[in-house]
Amino acid sequence: MLLRPIAVRSTPARPAVHCAAAPAAARLAALLVLGVGLICGLPAAARAQAVTLVNVSYDPTRELYRAVNDAFAKEWQAKTGQKVTIRTSHGGSGRQARSVIDGLDADVVTLALAGDIDAIARESKRLPADWQTRLPNNSSPYTSTIVLLVRKGNPKGIKDWDDLAKPGVQVITPNPKTSGGARWNYLAAWAFELDRSGGDAGKAKALVAAIFRNVPVLDTGARGSTTTFVQRGLGDVLVAWENEAFLAKQEFGADRFDIVYPSLSIVAEPPVALVDQVVDKRGTRAVAQAYLAFLYGPAAQRLIASHFYRPFRPEHAAPEDLARFGKTRLVTIDGVFGGWAKAQAEHFADGAVFDQIYQAGAQGR
Amino acid sequence: MSDQPAALPDEGSGRPAARPTPVIRPRPTVDETRATKAILIGTAVAFLALFVVLPLIAVFAEAFRRGVDHYLESFADPDTQAAIRLTLTVAAIAVPLNLVFGICAAWAIAKFEFPGKSLLTTLIDLPFSVSPVVSGLVFVLLFGAQGYFGKWLAAHDLQIVFAVPGIVLATVFVTFPFVARELIPLMQEQGTAEEEAALTLGASGLRTFLTVTLPNTKWALLYGVLLCNARAMGEFGAVSVVSGHVRGLTNTMPLHVEILYNEYNFVAAFAVASLLAGLALVTLLAKSVLEWRYGDALGRTRLY
Repeated sequence: MLLRPIAVRSTPARPAVHCAAAPAAARLAALLVLGVGLICGLPAAARAQAVTLVNVSYDPTRELYRAVNDAFAKEWQAKTGQKVTIRTSHGGSGRQARSVIDGLDADVVTLALAGDIDAIARESKRLPADWQTRLPNNSSPYTSTIVLLVRKGNPKGIKDWDDLAKPGVQVITPNPKTSGGARWNYLAAWAFELDRSGGDAGKAKALVAAIFRNVPVLDTGARGSTTTFVQRGLGDVLVAWENEAFLAKQEFGADRFDIVYPSLSIVAEPPVALVDQVVDKRGTRAVAQAYLAFLYGPAAQRLIASHFYRPFRPEHAAPEDLARFGKTRLVTIDGVFGGWAKAQAEHFADGAVFDQIYQAGAQGR
Repeated sequence: MSDQPAALPDEGSGRPAARPTPVIRPRPTVDETRATKAILIGTAVAFLALFVVLPLIAVFAEAFRRGVDHYLESFADPDTQAAIRLTLTVAAIAVPLNLVFGICAAWAIAKFEFPGKSLLTTLIDLPFSVSPVVSGLVFVLLFGAQGYFGKWLAAHDLQIVFAVPGIVLATVFVTFPFVARELIPLMQEQGTAEEEAALTLGASGLRTFLTVTLPNTKWALLYGVLLCNARAMGEFGAVSVVSGHVRGLTNTMPLHVEILYNEYNFVAAFAVASLLAGLALVTLLAKSVLEWRYGDALGRTRLY
């Protein structure tokens, strides 16, 4: 109470104090606002005329889509005058699908296998269930297969799938639960034994179980496994996408690794799809559609082959690129396993064959 | 920390002179043999060199492996710049938020008695004890498209996870104990006597806070903010879960390091990593300076 008059008396002086303090505070505030504005505002200003597409892809396509995106952006700008920026996200295919289901706004998904895009359609309804019929070749502008990458000179003498099950051989493969490539790896080994034993599923299961007993690390994505094998020097053999094996050889020197084609492998179809809910919300349907169509065109098909993927239309690719691919007997998922939905449920769902053999293997250790 | 370097030269220069007086054994409890001492110190130093110094050198060595030009070139990549910008933005939002929260919580806990106080104290520590993956997943569970608020958010066209707000949320969650944890012990130690005096003299609550409490705790506050900032910029796990990893949009620096590494772009990966390591070193330096200069004001009852 006593202090009140003092406070009142001091009021005339206050404006002066305020004036001195206020500009400093205001300047600080302005600086802060300016700083945040600059940080957030730059991309916003650029967005005004340009369009951004988000492509959520799987692990080994990083280099491919960097090249394809540049080519598409050039073509689209020449055609329409609009600047398009394509943002990509890469990771294990299953994990990427999970993110899209949980709300990651992907205009297009380009994943490792149809099963993962099926999961997006089923769980989130962000695209129709019949998405795979909308583009040619089961919506796969490129395919690949599964090969074995071994250290130079093949010291462990690995020739075929059954060599991976031998004691003392360390096998590197990602986790089939999170990685699309790993599921193709698994199915290729299974198909091999099924074929060799004349359709004995028990023998196939035993071989795959024996292979997984030889796996010291399960990375979440194909690229993680490649780094484990190539960079960290773990393991005797990497079970990998053909494109990933060629890329590793190119990046780290052909004198360090050899590619071994097993006697039988599987045609891996990594499909692409438009996410209808997202493109309609963001108004990007036209450019997203053009992007996917571009993948089937001559320019992209040529890039696809040069990045070690098998193009859907080989006539557009450089012959020397095609000549690099090894020859082997290839089976399809539809032919051997009755499609992805069935293979997924039988082998990779919770408690299905992979869980059984992996848990048994873990207990055996 | 500060008296040790001062004590060492004394000991060194005093050794020759100490010979004539072997009779005096002031502290027989610490007369380990020289060998024991050497082993103890040697182990500690070797351990530190192997697990801290060597990796740190490796980061910088890898970053500069192909020369300064390549190092600088790494930062010309627009995606790298976007990652740096995003990390700074996130820290610029998360740190002030936690500053406010930390002060409020510390003030409430240290100066007042209220029911549920011990529960609040425990809850503040939760982000320390829970795995960062879980911290990320809870936000996907709450704000993801299939989450509790997913439908509502989608209907209002709001994007939280896989966008900047989600990354900020996860960062705030992970870093929120830092400021409060620094302040609480100090404020408790200081007690409420000075505030009571100010209030008795008629100062308002706000004025008491601004002119008494805040100046008393400013160094601890700064210390807390430093730690909070270091963690906010360096957080990987929780942010990785809510980020979606879209480069140029939702990639922070730590995530970008992983991406570059996975793309065989080792120089760039370690260049960005060296920025983060540099930040850690600056933080550590600032922290040491604070401790050395204002050790007393920082409070002796710190919990870690």
